[in-house]
Amino acid sequence: MLDQIVFYFFAVLAVISAVMVVTRRNVVQSAIFLITALLATAGIFLQLHAEFLFIVQVILYAGGIMVLFVFVIMLVSLDVSLNQVQFNRQWWLGLLLALVLGAQLTIAVAVGRAGLPLGEPAPAKMLEPSTQLVGRVLFSEYVLPFEIASILLLVAMIGAVVMAKKKI
Amino acid sequence: MSHIFNAFRSFMTQGGGGLLLPEMMLVLFAMGILLTDYLLEARDKYFNALMAMLGVIFSAICLWQLRYAAEQGASGFSSSLVVDPFFLFFGLIFLIATALVILLSVRYLQVEDENHGEYYALMLFATVGMMFMVSGYDLIVQFLGLETMAISFYVLAGFLRRDRRSNECAVKYLLLGAFSSAILAYGFSILYGLGATTSWPFNGPMPPRTNLDVIQFAVESRAHPDLLVLLALVTVISGLLFKVAAVPFHQWAPDVYEGAPTPITAYISVASKTASFALLLRLLLTVFWPVRLDWQMLVAGVAIASLTIGNFAAITQTNIKRLLAYSSISHVGYVLLGIVAASSGQRLGFMTGMKGVAFYLFVYAFMTIGAFAVVIVLQRQGLISDELDDLNGLHRRSPASAVVLLIFMLSLAGIPPLAGFIGKYYILLALIQTGHNWLALLGALYIVPALYYYFRIVMHAWLYEPGNAPSPVITVGQKVALSALCFVTVAAGIYPEPFVRLATYSLLFPTGFSGH
Repeated sequence: MLDQIVFYFFAVLAVISAVMVVTRRNVVQSAIFLITALLATAGIFLQLHAEFLFIVQVILYAGGIMVLFVFVIMLVSLDVSLNQVQFNRQWWLGLLLALVLGAQLTIAVAVGRAGLPLGEPAPAKMLEPSTQLVGRVLFSEYVLPFEIASILLLVAMIGAVVMAKKKI
Repeated sequence: MSHIFNAFRSFMTQGGGGLLLPEMMLVLFAMGILLTDYLLEARDKYFNALMAMLGVIFSAICLWQLRYAAEQGASGFSSSLVVDPFFLFFGLIFLIATALVILLSVRYLQVEDENHGEYYALMLFATVGMMFMVSGYDLIVQFLGLETMAISFYVLAGFLRRDRRSNECAVKYLLLGAFSSAILAYGFSILYGLGATTSWPFNGPMPPRTNLDVIQFAVESRAHPDLLVLLALVTVISGLLFKVAAVPFHQWAPDVYEGAPTPITAYISVASKTASFALLLRLLLTVFWPVRLDWQMLVAGVAIASLTIGNFAAITQTNIKRLLAYSSISHVGYVLLGIVAASSGQRLGFMTGMKGVAFYLFVYAFMTIGAFAVVIVLQRQGLISDELDDLNGLHRRSPASAVVLLIFMLSLAGIPPLAGFIGKYYILLALIQTGHNWLALLGALYIVPALYYYFRIVMHAWLYEPGNAPSPVITVGQKVALSALCFVTVAAGIYPEPFVRLATYSLLFPTGFSGH
């Protein structure tokens, strides 16, 4: 019961702040709502006993990426963005397409769901600490993707430097 | 010291590390370039190209060493990586394309004054990504390979940073590419969901749930018209068709081809396309093979649309790079027709179709890089020379390049006895063998508009007066590249046997569908 209350609290918080992120005119307000949305998602992860995801969410998203966002906001001039048209003129078309796509996906999942047996939830105390599990899987079964990801990040870093620096 | 050596040896022999050597070589040399580039004087920058070339050669040697492992279908890293003839064949195409583009890049970068080591390093990283796309037997490895390739290409497309068109095309490519990757990732997530619900009935330890075998088993064991499988099918195919620029998803191609540095245009249109086709084939022939009747129609429709729009839009273009972009869209249509023929489940049609697809992709690499190579040769200070008028009177200014241009254009159009003809021949033959006579007829008819627009290029080179344009200076590297390209285009047409044997060697057979 308490579990559900906590879940719905964080879920509603996440959805409301996500809507606020796109509807606020002031970019700084949007950024603050984004932090709330990310932290609420982190709360859901914690409630689901996914400690690893929780800490990654807090450190990476609420910490690192938000700092990046705030930096960008500091660089753009706020007055200009306040006077700009906030939504694309074709927003109604986008909304229509999104609704159609959403309906299609809902139908597909609803019909196909019979073939997706949802496993019995394990009692919370039996769960192994997820950080250890992630570490073990990451360095055994998924060691190759782990290494390729490091190359990918290196490429992205070089790319950012090439694009951003005036004189290489 | 010796125990370190022993650990290394056991990694190489038992852990599957040896299977990674071609990719490891490329990564090592790419990092080497990044380090030494810092120490080089401006006039010594050609040394970077030399290093990149060495990396490609070493990688090719490692690839060659893997041929015995490949015949037994070696796999490593919890079967997330396979080395099979399919991988060797496509790895070879990538390395050849990279080597040729490196040869063509040296002078281009000098003239544009953007001669930086990062260019070559990113090219090698892109090749690594493409190799992982083909050798990956695991959704995550494939996706990471695809992204490594794509991110390198976004940067390379915008490498002429002072050029407006280059900047614009990089942004367009990045936005649309990220969009298509997201669609693909969505499809992969559904496939992972399917794999995660299955239990493994076979002996031996179960591979990770992102492994293609597990997912194929999951797809097979579901009731036939299954909406989730279809949803995964449509999203995965759309994501990959985006990367190969097939018709409903082709809008980015002309802009990116026009804006990117010309060697990179050639590289994107050949290597990126071939790698995405390889990944598409790998997925269609394993995971989606049980539902092949569902994707057959889809692929046939996209093929017809690509042929139609590609051919007719190319007619009105006045920019060579844009024209070749549309023509490459029509080539995608032919390759997709080959896949349609292969999917009908008959052994003969499958063999001919897949052979045709492999052969087509192989010679397409040479013809297309060749066509762009002539444009690169004509580039000079302040002029990219990508308008049709820049070709005027080429037969007087440089008879040799006019002749090779003619050969590449005839081959692209599919005129015998050149390589392009043999490729189209196999694909149309496979269509007739599997009873798709109408598709074969359509494919043959579309050679007519293709001839028209390829001959517009030839006409500018051969029939128009040169005006006061100077003769191009062709460097040694460009000469080597042009002769190699021209040789293969002619040889694969006149004496196709060894090339067809190579294509047959590369065939990938779905389970329960043996080649013998």
